Amino acid sequence: MSNTADPVSYLDYQGRHKGILGWILSTDHKRIGILYMISMLSFFGVGVILGLLMRIELLMPGMTIVTPRVYNSLFTLHGMIMIFLFIIPGLPAVFGNFFLPLQIGAEDVAFPRLNLASWWIYMLGAAVALTSLFVGGGAPDTGWTFYVPYSVRSGTNVTLAVTGAFILGFSSILTGINFITTIHRLRAPGMSFTRMPLFVWTLYSTAWIQILATPVLAITLLLVIAERTLGLGLFDPAKGGDPILYQHLFWIYSHPAVYIMILPGMGVVSEIIPTFARKDIFGYKAIAISSLLIAFVGYLVWGHHMFTSGISDTARWIFSLLTFLVAIPSGIKIFNWVATLYKGSIDLRPPFLFTLTFIFLFSIGGLTGLVTGALATDVHVHDTYFVVGHFHYVMFGGTGMAFLAALLYWWPKMFGIMYNEKWIWRSWAFIFVGFNMLYFPMLIQGWMGHPRRYYDYVPRFHATHIVATVGSWVLVTGLLIFAITLFRSFKSRVPAPSNPWGGRTLEWTTTSPPPLLNFTQIPTVTRGPYEPAPTPTGGETS
Amino acid sequence: MSVQAASPATHHKDHTGARIGMWLFLFTEILLFGGLFLLYSVYRSTFPEDFHYAATHLDTLVGTANTLILLTSSLTVVLAIAALRRNNRKLCTIMLSVTILAGLLFMVNKYFEWHHKFDIGLYPNSKELLRRAPGENLFYGLYFAMTGIHALHVIIGLGVLSVMLWIVAHKPKKTITVGPLQSDRLSLVEDQRGAVWTHEGEGEIAEAVVTLVYKSNEEINDDTWSKLENSGLYWHLVDVIWIFLFPLLYLIT
Repeated sequence: MSNTADPVSYLDYQGRHKGILGWILSTDHKRIGILYMISMLSFFGVGVILGLLMRIELLMPGMTIVTPRVYNSLFTLHGMIMIFLFIIPGLPAVFGNFFLPLQIGAEDVAFPRLNLASWWIYMLGAAVALTSLFVGGGAPDTGWTFYVPYSVRSGTNVTLAVTGAFILGFSSILTGINFITTIHRLRAPGMSFTRMPLFVWTLYSTAWIQILATPVLAITLLLVIAERTLGLGLFDPAKGGDPILYQHLFWIYSHPAVYIMILPGMGVVSEIIPTFARKDIFGYKAIAISSLLIAFVGYLVWGHHMFTSGISDTARWIFSLLTFLVAIPSGIKIFNWVATLYKGSIDLRPPFLFTLTFIFLFSIGGLTGLVTGALATDVHVHDTYFVVGHFHYVMFGGTGMAFLAALLYWWPKMFGIMYNEKWIWRSWAFIFVGFNMLYFPMLIQGWMGHPRRYYDYVPRFHATHIVATVGSWVLVTGLLIFAITLFRSFKSRVPAPSNPWGGRTLEWTTTSPPPLLNFTQIPTVTRGPYEPAPTPTGGETS
Repeated sequence: MSVQAASPATHHKDHTGARIGMWLFLFTEILLFGGLFLLYSVYRSTFPEDFHYAATHLDTLVGTANTLILLTSSLTVVLAIAALRRNNRKLCTIMLSVTILAGLLFMVNKYFEWHHKFDIGLYPNSKELLRRAPGENLFYGLYFAMTGIHALHVIIGLGVLSVMLWIVAHKPKKTITVGPLQSDRLSLVEDQRGAVWTHEGEGEIAEAVVTLVYKSNEEINDDTWSKLENSGLYWHLVDVIWIFLFPLLYLIT
């Protein structure tokens, strides 16, 4: 609430530059977070439209609206945009940037200028990747994995797209370095590692994966460019090379990247659950350490993407075993969340609703992950729609829902306004129904043997394709209602109190929206992140 | 003392943080090359004879010379940092220049080495290479990829060091006027940072009020030193990677 004693919020603060320059040249972590949010949601919108087009194409067997070439480009771009531009950087770059310093009681990140540079590099990478659509041989058609040998031989604009992904990797690495240094150097007095909010713990684990895995992708992509331009032959069997090695190098990054995508989502869930259960989190240390464990074990399981690529039985056996190990820390999280809810005073508000949706959908994604992680069943469902369904349950049902939950949870803090909760409930109904209509049929189709990435299909899959396509329309309707509701909050401008949900972490102790340097006075921390403040009334801090 | 309280040394820069960030960045660089080392080890174990034979054609003399040059440049960059720490800007400038010259010499050698390879028809996708055994093609593919990306890092390092050289050599001494101050506190002539405090104005020190002029290498001492140290770390990385490339490519024959 604005009263005369409040300092100027970061939204109103007049810095060196005015207007749009005050944003795109600002080193304030909060403004950079918003910049990321606007750019990412735009790219997300493009990705959604590409997905919609794909679904319409699959509505009828044979050609419906596009040619096979265009269809190949559609799924490649859908994957590239959603993965490299939205879901990998998504939560850390938007909410990590905005709330990491707030949650540890810092004024900004450790390297504010580097932070701004990361956004510019991100935009440059996005621009290069999107340019590949329009120039030269046309949009890439290799799938987002850029598998050799096709990515070397394809006449489409693979080189430019790969360069874009390479540049995006830089942005990711620099953000990771920034966050780790921030967490080590800028915690407020009393904010020990075991008093850090769990979202910060997941950002910390994520940042380490970003640093340790992204360079491997960088060199792999550089080699693809070198193959295309110079013909080194490192992945070309005709010249002595081995294409399987490409797959190894690619997945050494891209599997840990899956945990870059999901870990911050789990962090968001760990924030929201104690707030809306009105309880301290159950098993704080177990959840915190399980994030590090997921990051560590997740680094060692890349081989499970290659069960049918022709690697040795020993390797397959070991990778399968390690894959199952990831289920342990993931299970630790789920059980501790549920235990937190037990005997809590549950307040079913929109952020919490999307959090519960996360747990439900992510559990389906996780369990289907066990099916694909087991050798015997994976050989059956490999490269089928089952994998597509599994992946979307984990990524959209997991990270995507966590992203929406985070938006709802922190929207009042970011902009100082409340949204219309009733309409969010309505949008949720569409999203939930549409989501399951869209992706559950894929699990069935895959189980029946429908290969993924196919342009055409046999008639017996027609019914499930119709359900999925109609589901995609319902889902997009829900997303539109969601977006419009949030947009309308700018018009109605219902002011948000500094702590609308009764959260106990540090970001709720400052004004909504926060002032430029976050706190009028750097806080001193004397308790765990979700413990109630020791007030005589026993109520939450306000 | 009020003289120190008035001094402008109110830096909020976190040099430890900067160093942590630099080290993390160096990790990523090592992992970048890690991918190439992985390819090297797999292909070496697949084609041991071909790799063995192909390696005999690399010029060990040039490789050794370049190793010595890079190692020496790592020494000089350390000396430059030490000189700056002792506030000896001249020595620092000289040592940085020597480092940059050594880096350039390395690149010149590299140029002639590559040029020679191209002359005898050894370049990526050349007819000569494709005619040879597959392992030899892979060896040269890795040779060009590894030394090429390393050379790129040398060039980046040279750029960074050149900027640092410009900063150290050109940044003027910072002059700040403090005061007026009471004359009875003018006991300090040189403080721990090596900053020189002089008095300016007509009067003698004995007079009641003078204006102090603070001449210092402030920027050089704190920020610049931290930046130079981090640039030096990067240069060491370039050196360390070469130390692994040299035996893998030139010596194991």
